[in-house]
Amino acid sequence: MLEVNNLKTWLDAGKTQVRAVDGVSFAINRNETFALLGESGCGKSMTALSIMRLLPEAGRIVAGSVNLDGQDLLELPEIAMRTVRGKRIAMIFQEPMTSLNPVLTVGRQIAETLYRHTALRGDAARVRVLELLDAVGIPDAQVRYHDYPFQFSGGMKQRVMIAIALACEPDLLIADEPTTALDVTIQAQVLELLRKLQREHGMAVLLITHDLGVVSEMAHRVAVMYAGEMVETAERGEFFANPRHPYTRKLFASLPGAVRRGEPLETMRGNVPPLDSDFVGCRFAGRCDFAWRRCGEEAPEWSEVAPGHAVRCHLVGSGAANSPLCKRGAGGDFSGANIRDTVEIPPNPPLQRGEFCSTRQPSSQEQSCVHRLALKGREAAPEQRERPVPLLDVCDLKIHFPIRKGLLKRVAGHVYAVDGVSLAIGCGRTLALVGESGCGKTTVGKGILQLIRPTGGSVRFAGEELTQLKGAALRARRADFQIVFQDPYSSLDPRMRIADILEEGMISLGTASPPAARQASVDSLLQQVGLSPESKYRYPHEFSGGQRQRVAIARALAVKPKLLVCDEPTSALDVSVQAQILNLLRGLQDDLGLAYLFITHNLAVVEYFAHEVAVMYLGRIVERGSVEEVMHAPRHPYTRALLSAVPVIETGSKREVIRLSGDLPSPSNPPRGCHFHPRCPHVMPVCRLNYPAATGFSATHSARCYLYGENRENGGGI
Amino acid sequence: MMPFKLVLLWTDGLLWLLLALVGLYVWRVRRHEHLLQPWRRLSRSRSGVASAVILLAFVAVGVLDSLHFRLPLEKQAGGVVRHYSPEVLSVFDLLVGPLRKQPEKTYSAPFATQLYAKETIELPGGRQLRDYPRLKYGGAHLADPAGEQAGDIAATALEGGAWALVAGWGATLALVLWLARRRRISPGAAWSLVRHGRDEIPWRTFLGTVGMLILFACLAAAFSAKYHIFGTDKVGQDVFYLTLKSIRTGLMIGTLTTLVMLPFALLLGIMAGYFRGWVDDVIQYVYTTLNSIPGVLLIAAAVLILQVYMDSNQELFDTVAARADIRLLFLCIILGITSWTGLCRLLRGETLKLGEMEFVQAATAFGVGHFRIIARHILPNVMHIVLISIVLDFSGLVLAEAVLSYVGVGVDPTMQSWGNMINGARLEMAREPMVWWSLAAAFVFMFVLVLSANLFSDRVRDAFDPRMK
Repeated sequence: MLEVNNLKTWLDAGKTQVRAVDGVSFAINRNETFALLGESGCGKSMTALSIMRLLPEAGRIVAGSVNLDGQDLLELPEIAMRTVRGKRIAMIFQEPMTSLNPVLTVGRQIAETLYRHTALRGDAARVRVLELLDAVGIPDAQVRYHDYPFQFSGGMKQRVMIAIALACEPDLLIADEPTTALDVTIQAQVLELLRKLQREHGMAVLLITHDLGVVSEMAHRVAVMYAGEMVETAERGEFFANPRHPYTRKLFASLPGAVRRGEPLETMRGNVPPLDSDFVGCRFAGRCDFAWRRCGEEAPEWSEVAPGHAVRCHLVGSGAANSPLCKRGAGGDFSGANIRDTVEIPPNPPLQRGEFCSTRQPSSQEQSCVHRLALKGREAAPEQRERPVPLLDVCDLKIHFPIRKGLLKRVAGHVYAVDGVSLAIGCGRTLALVGESGCGKTTVGKGILQLIRPTGGSVRFAGEELTQLKGAALRARRADFQIVFQDPYSSLDPRMRIADILEEGMISLGTASPPAARQASVDSLLQQVGLSPESKYRYPHEFSGGQRQRVAIARALAVKPKLLVCDEPTSALDVSVQAQILNLLRGLQDDLGLAYLFITHNLAVVEYFAHEVAVMYLGRIVERGSVEEVMHAPRHPYTRALLSAVPVIETGSKREVIRLSGDLPSPSNPPRGCHFHPRCPHVMPVCRLNYPAATGFSATHSARCYLYGENRENGGGI
Repeated sequence: MMPFKLVLLWTDGLLWLLLALVGLYVWRVRRHEHLLQPWRRLSRSRSGVASAVILLAFVAVGVLDSLHFRLPLEKQAGGVVRHYSPEVLSVFDLLVGPLRKQPEKTYSAPFATQLYAKETIELPGGRQLRDYPRLKYGGAHLADPAGEQAGDIAATALEGGAWALVAGWGATLALVLWLARRRRISPGAAWSLVRHGRDEIPWRTFLGTVGMLILFACLAAAFSAKYHIFGTDKVGQDVFYLTLKSIRTGLMIGTLTTLVMLPFALLLGIMAGYFRGWVDDVIQYVYTTLNSIPGVLLIAAAVLILQVYMDSNQELFDTVAARADIRLLFLCIILGITSWTGLCRLLRGETLKLGEMEFVQAATAFGVGHFRIIARHILPNVMHIVLISIVLDFSGLVLAEAVLSYVGVGVDPTMQSWGNMINGARLEMAREPMVWWSLAAAFVFMFVLVLSANLFSDRVRDAFDPRMK
């Protein structure tokens, strides 16, 4: 139905031309989902915008054709194109927060499309809008018709966007990263909705994503883009079973997961080449481990390896027999083996671990809060008593933000962002704090670092109570715990040079005081995170996202901390860059004995990286345990739902996805009783009354749910 | 004993202080390579160089006009006590001597040889004639103005042009030699560098702008010896002279007001945005209150109070210039106090945003103190707003001065200022035939100053943004 031929879109960038899309061809049939997969900056979105002819000012289509049912869209005058957009091709954007007009009711925004493209007016249009709202699963459509976008949650807004896109029953739906900004449970809902709507309307879907999991759940056919061109295209099953292009293989290999635990992830060296240059050979050659002479001289053509499966690579094409790989006898299988890791961390002398971290027998009072909780009501086994005191011991941490109203700013209520969280991290261990956005994970991190002063509870670091420390005493302690933020773009001051950024903490905390010593340690820090010491005179904007994150890590390491709070350190990065950062963090943990509090929503990373896991829901930890226990034998219904909602790459059996209805409730007005009960599939009457106590399953594993243990008996009694 | 008596007016003092601070900054920048970088970047931009040259010319006039002194009175009978003229002059006045000393009777048009108003002229024969009388100075050397003026103007223009050519080549030569010395290359190589624009600094733009300034200066000098190139005003003063003298007033109002306003706006704006809570509330209430009082009312009240004070303490101000100056200073202060709210509000908003940025939190996690965070992280990141709003305010302030002169609370009527000229033009434009040249002259000079300040600050902002290449 849609056929794109040799599409070339160039962007004017001053004196040069950026070839954002450079000769892309594909076709999509009715009823089919075609996934365009690739990392950021490879031209996926530009392809979509070119099809819609919604390119930015600087962009222009220099060659190619886009045929929709035989009609070339690129030939149409703009006025005719307007009848195509919305009516025949509709688009959903990544960010639901910004793609709706905040001053119009959602009903009007959906009706706008109808008014433009159909003859429906007045009540008829209204009825249609209500139908659409129903179809995308928005409850109480009658009422919500008159609501404004701010009254909807992120997932709901994305549903409204889908409703707008579907209003005129388009032939083709372009979904540009439709779920990237959403949580996994919401993502599962939206993907399910898209699948359902596609079945009902028989439309074609062009799905643009960087998430292999989403591709595996949604796509019928897959195309991989790299540096402006397609490098591999295949049916879904074939693609996941037998990826052929080295880039695709690297993408798979750099995914973290339980399988690769304990070994470094595969990474790609270098960066995507700049797109404003002429390419002579293969675009991936510079980063490819199997590149040979021919790759640098001649651009590879498509070669079909199986029906419907084509690859642009000299290794599989004609003449591949001449490749050094084949001569070596490695055959077609070139994964694994001789893969160099780009993160070369020079061996460091092991850091002098703090006195505290040396083995030490705790007295019974020093027993950590978490263990006291876990052992409550049980006979404490002697070996458990002898566990060392954790480096960080957080007990019943509470952070409430007052909501002020009125002229005199009276406190009208509280946002219970963190409401009684207890956790403990030992030296050199990693605790992952998992949960959806808005559950308070980041606030916990900041509360531990005393960036936000807790309302209640205690934070003991190496035996010292942090919440009571003030001024100089707290500053003296700050060297021991540092933070790495999520967004490497906002976490480095754009007006400071890298050297100044790294020095800041050393100056402030008085470590390495003579300037020469500071410069020396700046150099060694940069080397430690895999950057060259010369880069210290540059400004952050000169670095890519991954490099900036390395700088952010180096900044935190500058004061020689024992604990690093990593607040979603990889969620803003591409998969291959994420792999580099995870390898770096792992290497640093081995070398320096760092403890990590790893805040994330990415469960694959948790499985790969963490020792222990705590699952958070609406300000409280609902389940905790070692990574095996929680990830493989989850007990709490929320943990189970969360785990099942993660899209996984699988070729075999269909797993059962536990669908959670609704969204995360507001933390300013949490539900009575168990916070999870409005969404819980196993809800019992008792759940609505009181918050359940912890039930231990093993020395480390516990959950707060009425389904288990004493709670169950209590629950049954009521 | 010095043949003159130095006079340091208040505004002069502040101007010198400001220049000293700039000098200190330059000294510091020259010693640090990374501080020098942005200025190097600035020197590579064409519009930056051109506007900087023009701004420097304005500043030079303003500075020369700020070196004040009083000459001794001629009539000195060898007494012990020297008496000085009550008239305060500046170095600039000496340089443009003839302009100041050649007043006509009343209005005359640019390049005119006759007054703009008919008068009764007494002819030698005792007859009376009502006609436009000849000017005392403007074109006085011409016997038959109607016949000779065109030729004289052409000749004078040629003369001025020739001088400009000589001076222009002199400047080029000086530049080439300087460049050769500095880069340690032969003058020939330096010349080809400049000629073909191969150096990273756009020397051709630089020379072009300097050349234009020289041409203007030479022509103005050649013509103003014989004519009033911008005409004369109601009391016969040369408008060109008034316009040049107004530069200092304009610069003073622009810079001193900013100097007064900046600490309020920066300190309070950043404090409100950074500390939030009750600090924010208090500052917001203050500026909302201040904003809701009409500014003109406050200014009028302050200026009138000052007037009363000056009248009751006349012994403190020995010259007219001192009185006018203290009024200018007060005007700057009161304008500063009433005009910080806008910038303060902008800075508060920006700081609120920056305070949430993760690099600020990272600094907090390092235990960096509030003051340092503000100085190192917040301030550099709001500087672009400060720069833009200062320059935008600059033109607004010059205009505000005009409006205040209109109300009667502007600078002293004896002080030359664009505001006073524009204010005078109100009546002149209503006159028949219309007198347009004071307004035009004030407009052209203000326009050039504000435009070059705008362009310059725009380039400065770009050069200081490390994200711009």
